Amino acid sequence: MQQTKRTWFLKGMKDGIPICLGYFAVALTLGITARRAGFTAIQAALVSLTNHASAGEYIGFTLIAAGATYMELCIMEGVANARYLLMSCALSQKLSSTTSIIHRLLMGFFVTDEIFGVSIAVPGKLNPFYTYGVISVASPGWVAGTFLGVILGNVLPLRAVSALNVGIYGMFIAIFIPPAKKSKVIGVLVAISFIGSYICSNIPFLAQISSGIRIILLTVVISLAAAILFPIQEEEPSSTQTSDPQPVPDISPAEKSLCHSDQ
Amino acid sequence: MSHNTYIYMFVMAATTYLIRVLPLTLIRKEIKNITIRSFLYYVPYVTLAVMTFPAILEATQTVWSALVALLIAIFLAWFGQSLFVVSVSSCVTVFLVELLLIH
Repeated sequence: MQQTKRTWFLKGMKDGIPICLGYFAVALTLGITARRAGFTAIQAALVSLTNHASAGEYIGFTLIAAGATYMELCIMEGVANARYLLMSCALSQKLSSTTSIIHRLLMGFFVTDEIFGVSIAVPGKLNPFYTYGVISVASPGWVAGTFLGVILGNVLPLRAVSALNVGIYGMFIAIFIPPAKKSKVIGVLVAISFIGSYICSNIPFLAQISSGIRIILLTVVISLAAAILFPIQEEEPSSTQTSDPQPVPDISPAEKSLCHSDQ
Repeated sequence: MSHNTYIYMFVMAATTYLIRVLPLTLIRKEIKNITIRSFLYYVPYVTLAVMTFPAILEATQTVWSALVALLIAIFLAWFGQSLFVVSVSSCVTVFLVELLLIH
């Protein structure tokens, strides 16, 4: 048993290396955002340690810089991190039912796009020690990158800061473009989101509401419209679907586990 | 009303953790309502897209470097490049374009 834990942990550490490198580069740009929001390097590293959320931290720093209320911040963290709710659902199906509450509480702390991605891809049930191995390598890259981003933001030339600033958007693009390629609906949604967001930032009345509220409104309106017009036709591995009125097409286990479905 | 940075940090950490840990620990049954499932499925992509554009255009010294970086990033992501490659390439693109445009 001890041997199994060790094997899984080491395998996780190996898979954590590319994640660590990616985290480091992205966290550098996040640190620069944190610095603009008035955070010290220690504070920003603490935020990264307690959140491990790129988009969530980015929107958090932005809202804090704008002097948002605690409630606004809470709502936006909820919206920005809504996808982790789904990932956590999927991950709960990947764990053996005997997995203790301690493991669930600990793993829940580290549900990120990348750690979730490698954890769900493990064949069979997930041994928590695999995920801990990934975390042990990837997490320091995230925290150290944020810390250095704040410090280097002080000495980096404007040209370098300008270049690093787009890193975080590059990362977002890398998250939403692959599913947009696979699903026409998501592709159209991304285009509508771009256009809607652009219009709302430039129309005199709408441009005056805070960017946080604007993001919530656009997200809820566009996603809800899509959910009503194009309900997903996925099927969970354990589901019986007897109550579902629509026929559900077969999709591969990999697609099911990743919560991806094509229309 | 002035705000305390550490309360801000606590709000962020607590909200983020609750979202991640509640389904993993509490919800044993899956959500049956197809509209709620669909809504939650679309939310991340829409939010990220809304946050990316037009904000990316204001992140750099000139709109043009950001615009080129946006197109390059979409191109690379479309052809399956990793998060790391897409992110770094957009940074390099901005740097190169600004070398040409800003003296």
